[in-house]
Formats: sequence, C-alpha cells, structure tokens
Amino acid sequence: MSTPKTLFDKVWDAHVIRQVKDGPDVLFIDRHFIHEVTSPVAFLGLESRGASVLFSGRTFATADHNTPTLNQHLPVADPLSANQLAALERNAAHYGISHWGLGHQKNGIVHVVGPENGITLPGMTIVCGDSHTSTHGAFGAIAFGIGTSEVEMVLAAQCIMQPKPKKMRITVNGKVGKAVLPKDVILYIISQTSASGATGYFVEYAGEVFENMSMEGRMTVCNMTIEMGARGGMIAPDETTLNYLKGRDLSPKGEQWDKLVPYWQTLKTDEGATFDLDLTFDAADIEPQITYGTNPGLGTGVTHQIPMADAVKDGSASYKKSLQYMGFAENESMLGKPVDFVFLGSCTNGRIEDFRAFASIVKGRQKADHITAWLVPGSHVVEKQIKDEGILDILTQAGFELRQPGCSACLAMNEDKIPAGKYAVSTSNRNFEGRQGPGARTLLASPLVAAAAAVTGVVTDPRQLI
Amino acid sequence: MAYDKFTILRSSAVPMPNENVDTDQIIPARFLKATERKGFGDNLFRDWRYNSDNTPKADFVLNMPTYSGKILVGGKNFGSGSSREHAAWAIYDYGFRCVVSSFFADIFQNNSINVGILPVRVTPEFLEKIFAAIEADPKTELEVNLPAQTITLLATGESENFAINEYKKHNLTNGYDDIDYLLSMKNEIAAFAETRPF
Repeated sequence: MSTPKTLFDKVWDAHVIRQVKDGPDVLFIDRHFIHEVTSPVAFLGLESRGASVLFSGRTFATADHNTPTLNQHLPVADPLSANQLAALERNAAHYGISHWGLGHQKNGIVHVVGPENGITLPGMTIVCGDSHTSTHGAFGAIAFGIGTSEVEMVLAAQCIMQPKPKKMRITVNGKVGKAVLPKDVILYIISQTSASGATGYFVEYAGEVFENMSMEGRMTVCNMTIEMGARGGMIAPDETTLNYLKGRDLSPKGEQWDKLVPYWQTLKTDEGATFDLDLTFDAADIEPQITYGTNPGLGTGVTHQIPMADAVKDGSASYKKSLQYMGFAENESMLGKPVDFVFLGSCTNGRIEDFRAFASIVKGRQKADHITAWLVPGSHVVEKQIKDEGILDILTQAGFELRQPGCSACLAMNEDKIPAGKYAVSTSNRNFEGRQGPGARTLLASPLVAAAAAVTGVVTDPRQLI
Repeated sequence: MAYDKFTILRSSAVPMPNENVDTDQIIPARFLKATERKGFGDNLFRDWRYNSDNTPKADFVLNMPTYSGKILVGGKNFGSGSSREHAAWAIYDYGFRCVVSSFFADIFQNNSINVGILPVRVTPEFLEKIFAAIEADPKTELEVNLPAQTITLLATGESENFAINEYKKHNLTNGYDDIDYLLSMKNEIAAFAETRPF
C-alpha cells in the first residue's frame, strides 16, 4: 500500500515538474488570474525580456481593485485608475487573454468571478497577484497569492518556483450556534492563532462545520486563511462542491465532466496521513465576532470586552498602538460602540449568501439615519441575483442603495474611502491602519453583524434582532 | 527584473521595532496605481512618515537624521497582509538592500528576494541585541554576509547564522532571477502541460 497522503500533497505533487537541488519546486500552474493593479509591471517585464505569454488560455483577466461602484458606464474619473484599466485591456488584447473589463456582464472581483463561472476546479493550482487568491482553495485547489515578479513568471512560463510549505489541519467539530456565519468561524480561528500563527503553512480545514458549509461559506473561510499568515487554505471537494460547479459557464461538460468526477473523488486526505500541526476547535465556542484592533487577529466575540494587553499574543507595545489608533481602551465592551459606516462586499463577503444574510436582518427595519452604507456586490452575476431574488426591494425599503461591483472600500483604491477617524463595520478582510482610507477605523465582522450595526447605528449582537 | 548583486553588506541600520508591520503601511493602496516600477520609495511608509499636509512627521524613524543605512530592522511578522510587490519595490527604491526581522510573512519574503532585497531572519534574542545596539549607538554597523550566511554586530563581534535556500542564494549573489531559469526549461513545461486534465 502506498504512503498515505494529505489532500495538499496529492494536488501539489501532481504539479511538480522539477525539484531544484537545494531549491524550490517548479510548480505548474493550471489557472492564473490577473487584475489591473499587479499586472502592468509584469507585462512590461515580459516585454523588456523579449518573452511572450506561454499559454494565454490559462490566464483570465478582470478589472476590480480600482473600479468605481457608481456610474460604471461613464469614463473612469481618476486618470491613474483609468490608465491601469486601459493597460490591462491593452495587454489582454495584445496577448490574447480573456478579459472581463468594466461594463462586461461577467465583470466583478477576481475571486468572485473565477468560481461563479466554473474557472476554478478541484485539483487545480491557481495563482493571482492578490493575497486573497486563497479563496479558491474552497474547491480543493491549491490557490495562493503571488507578487508581480511571479505574475511575470507565470505569464512567461506557466510555472512558479516555490518551496513546499508545511501542512496544518484545522478541525472544527460540532454545530455552530444561532447567527454564527462562516465569517465568524474564520475570525474566531484567526483570533485564536494570531495574524502570524500559520505563517509557513498551508491549511486544510476539516470537520463537521466545514462539511456542512455552503461553497460561499467555504470561500469566505479560505479567503481569510491568509490573515493568519498561511499561504492558503483548502477544503476537500465533496458533493456540495460538485453541485456548485455543475453547469457553470466554463465548467467541464458532458464526457469531460464524467471523466473528472472519479479523479476529484480521490482528492481527500488519506487515513493515517500526517500534518506538521493539527489544531482542533469546538463550534460551540464560536459566537458572532468583531475585531477591535488593527490586524485581523485582534478580534473577539461581539458581547466580549477588549482583552487586556497581557492576554494577547501580539507584543504589548504594538497592541497599545493598535488600540490608540482605534480610539479604544483595554477592557471596554464592544457592544454599543458607535459606527459611522457599514460596508457589505469584497471577495470575502460579496456573494449572494452574504446579501441574503444582510437582508434577513434589515427586512422590516430602517437604516439608522447617521449610517452611510455601501452595499457592493462581488460581481454583476451577484448583482443580478440580488435583483432577481427580491433582495434589492428589501434593501431599498429599508433605506439602502445598491452599488455596482468591485473591490470598493475593502482597500479604498477607488473613491469609496472611509474618512479619517470614522468607524466602519466592514465585511471585508483587513482592518490594517488606513486600509479603508487614511485614518479609517475598521471593525471586521460578518454580514449579520454589519446589518445589525446598519439598522441600530452601533455595534450590536445580531442574535438580538433575529 | 535586474537588480544589484548581493554579497557582503556593511551598513548602519534603521530600527522599526513595531510588530506586524503590514504591507498596507509599507505602501498604502492609493499609491499602487502606477503602471511602471519607479518612484515607490517616495511613498514608503507614507502615512507613518508624513502628516496629511505632506509635512514629515518628526518622530518617525525615516525622518530622524540620527538613523540611516541600507538595512531596515523590523519587528516580528514583518510584511504581513497584502501580496503587493510594490512594498518590496518601495523598500528597494528608498535604498534599503536588506531587511532583518525575527519573522517574515511568506509572500513578502518571496517578493523581497525576487526584487533583490535580502530578508534575514534572526532569533528574537539577536533581534533584541540589534535594537539595543542601535539604541546605544545609532551609527553602529552591521555586516550581512550572504556567502557565509552570517549577520554580525561589528561593535561587539556578536554574530548569528541565517538560513537561505541555496538556489535563492545563488540567484541573489549573481543577480539572476527565476524567470531566467524557467525560460530555459520551456519544452519540459510544454510537455507537462499536455498531460493536465484541464
């Protein structure tokens, strides 16, 4: 009998073309996503080397980081953003790369449009010049973010050179409680492991909680795996995965699909395979979460107090600096904290399930007067679902407006910036200083916690509103 | 992308003991809109370095004339967060050639080597010694020797070995990059691609 292997080993090993002596593995990349921010310099590099794109059909381009979320039919006002978007369009056309630019019916955030169009498949290696590429691991793919030099590398040679990471398994057993979403599960895990706790590892998620989770939920979890320092996270494909993929525009069809299913069914960790680190959590310990600091590891249950400095893993000087930036103090309660902005969207929580969750709370209620809410679907497909399912009506009746798809206030490269000093409850993935605009103060949370804040105007336990 | 070869670097160092310095701080997102790789050093640590009216913040280390050098010494988990290579470009463009920390975020570490910056991971104890030595004498010099894989506090002679993959070391010392290597195996890659099921 052969040696038991983990899911990660099976996919990684199947992509190694060459092992460099005392060096990294040469890893073949099945799918490469590019966007306007991290690709222009890679194309320039290619040009100056006199190289070309080796397999243009394996790369997909979409515009998302910079795009406006209002009036997308008009020319982009910011000349620098317009320049980047034009560069992507030009490069894609020149090298024959499929490009879903602004205005295209499939346009949206790269990590939303890849899966929803069936580009992301189990057993693939997937990279993109964006750290949240880890999202695609939800399908049992090895997916991770790369730098621009590596983008150039993948364009030129469809490979990257990487040492094989260590392996970690995170198991969450049991059933989650009321109003606990996948976002709460991952925020809880990060708060327990810290923002650097998984650096050097690739994570496999296991246990009942992930088995019962939807694909959207699994994507949220894998998306934020990078926030504990891991290269990526993955979940073994199962019936939920195949049901999600079947029939999507670019998913394999007919005979090709039937041939792949038996292979996909082998993509799971064998009995007896070992991990370098095994962590286990109990779902019953997870309540709706909220962050209070300036990295995603600084979070807690929404009904809890901000921990004292000596109780957190980060150094106390950094911790105090973090609370000072946020205008918070040790031991304060998070409930009732004033909120100015609410952002629903991003590659973490810009999918249809997130809008359904948000609508479930705001239905029959009204947006708090002083709250500015930016509700930004992850793609035009999601936008259409919101309209078709009647969610738009619920949002409108509650005093909200829907914007157009893009990364938006997750990283504030477009006009959607939280003003200095203001508090935002955000469903995005990062609460770093200035992440949502210079001086902005971000509290990361699930769509339910965001909705509760949007209707009450303060940090609220969503369980009180269900 | 061509960069300067790295062999032995002897320099004073700039201390930045903060933990979890994320790449959003190193180069904020609003400065990622260039389509060419130049000028990023001007916006290195932009929001820590300048007030909103663009005057330098006197208490930020890059604005203190006391500190200078080609080595940046950071706290634990340096370079976390976004994969933006622009962070490494900004550090290089500003004039740093080496970043020292007790712990680097993975993507940042890869990006650094790919643009010609040597990330040196030291023990937490040695990191403390470096910070203490700079505090005692801001002009104190460090020697980073890539061939020997050592970092030394020249004032005391205290030294530590650091790890680096042989292949990456070869690239940095010769100014080569991964793309040169991969382009030399194009036929092998094309043959492999034929075997992929999707």
